[in-house]
Amino acid sequence: MTASATSGPLLSVAGVTTAYGSIVALRDVALEVMPGEIVTLIGANGAGKSTLMMTICGSPAPRAGSIVYDGEDIAGAPTHLIMRRGIAQSPEGRRIFPRMTVLENLRMGAEVLAGAHFEEDLEKVTALFPRLKERLTQRGGTLSGGEQQMLAIARALMSRPRLLLLDEPSLGLAPMVVRQIFSAIRDLNRTTGLTVLLVEQNAFHALRLAHRGYVLVNGSITMSGTGAELLARPEVRAAYLEGGRA
Amino acid sequence: MDYALQQLVNGLTLGMIYGLIALGYTMVYGIIGMINFAHGDVFMIGAFVSLISFLLLGAGGITAVPIALVLVLAIAMCFTALYGFAVERIAYRPLRGSFRLAPLISAIGMSIFLQNFVQVSQGARVKPLEPVVRGGFVLHQEASFSVSISIMQIIIILTTLVVLAVFTLVVSRTPLGRAMRACEQDQRMAKLLGIDVDRTISLTFVLGAALAAVAGMMYLLYYGVIDFFIGFVAGVKAFTAAVLGGIGSLPGAVLGGLLIGLIETFWSAYFSVQYKDVAAFSILVLTLVFMPSGLLGRNDVEKV
Repeated sequence: MTASATSGPLLSVAGVTTAYGSIVALRDVALEVMPGEIVTLIGANGAGKSTLMMTICGSPAPRAGSIVYDGEDIAGAPTHLIMRRGIAQSPEGRRIFPRMTVLENLRMGAEVLAGAHFEEDLEKVTALFPRLKERLTQRGGTLSGGEQQMLAIARALMSRPRLLLLDEPSLGLAPMVVRQIFSAIRDLNRTTGLTVLLVEQNAFHALRLAHRGYVLVNGSITMSGTGAELLARPEVRAAYLEGGRA
Repeated sequence: MDYALQQLVNGLTLGMIYGLIALGYTMVYGIIGMINFAHGDVFMIGAFVSLISFLLLGAGGITAVPIALVLVLAIAMCFTALYGFAVERIAYRPLRGSFRLAPLISAIGMSIFLQNFVQVSQGARVKPLEPVVRGGFVLHQEASFSVSISIMQIIIILTTLVVLAVFTLVVSRTPLGRAMRACEQDQRMAKLLGIDVDRTISLTFVLGAALAAVAGMMYLLYYGVIDFFIGFVAGVKAFTAAVLGGIGSLPGAVLGGLLIGLIETFWSAYFSVQYKDVAAFSILVLTLVFMPSGLLGRNDVEKV
């Protein structure tokens, strides 16, 4: 492993184009995430947010461009190897293993560490989401939406990631649960310095949480700035906030 | 009554062999959702490798039965594991992601290829093996009829139970088993957690093929004759067993195997030998009509 550059970005996406067959989903996308930052990517349904998350993870691989993580270009590398470098994703739709228990789901998250400090990490994530502690022996498919989301994030954390990719953690959840999850992310970032790239439709919450944000429209980045700056932009307010507040 | 008891012993033995083969079908179906039609032929190859190994060991002077059994089993398992690995690599992996019927057709092709390969290289004639394991116990003796169980039958039943227990443990407790179940439930997510999905699928084929070798050796020792076609017949029965038990379920595969074995044996004993397959498959049809996901299968309706 190379020592990470202390001042450079942890993740740097440049000129990335991704296509499914002939349909171009991302066009010349560039973004950077510095170590210790929470960066959010907002955009409407179908803008390509999840595609970008999956492209970073190598599935699909980008048609063009570079994805530099921790000083190395990972574009085109197989997904399972990318995920062994300290990137973890809590994907869109949560993708909990429905016929595994909560504990087994968490073990799957820790698989890349081959079981090292499992108990210690289990302690940490259940402290973060106490609800999971009561549900350890329950099957993933029987959890409520909010609990599944907590499990998806906890599972991602079990691999001790340096970069956490969070795809739509608020989708379909009650406002109180959303607040709970967002405050957990903020705490993690403050106490452990975890770097987070957060994809959200819920722009209001996301921009208030994030240090910086990018706006994705039809597969291209159209705006970027600090969370507060973007929140103040009239076009952002008009497109993503008015009426869309949780 | 005694006659029925004897049939029970025979049916259990046959059912265990079907169950062992059915495990391979069910594991592969579980993980990639395809029927590996070449699996029955891998079982047949296991039987042939066992036969050749017995003859070689005999010629080499190793005649102690327990040692010979263990050695032959190990050799057969290694060979079929290689076959399982190669079959997946050559015939199925290049077709992953193509339309659903493609690997199925490829599997049928692989099955025909393996049958013909053995037919050409070993000859089409039936191959006999002198009994290796002799002896047995009389369970119940009456003037006209005695119920007995042979040592071979005991070995078959015990081995299957042990193998089933070991596999259940592997699948439920080990990282490999978890990875297999993860790939079964959501391959994309498994990748996102750093699981090498291709490797996990390969290992599933290898494990299934090794089980087929166990069944192949048992079949050889129990019946004493094999030919290149046994894989097709036993394969169809074992596949039926896997579907009957609920495809994708390990205990279901063994349960299905036992039921098919028992139905066949009892039908032959009380009605007619010619119609035993009709009986077995009729039960399959009835089960699928009333329990479409098999006896122990899960229905795929899930809370998302």
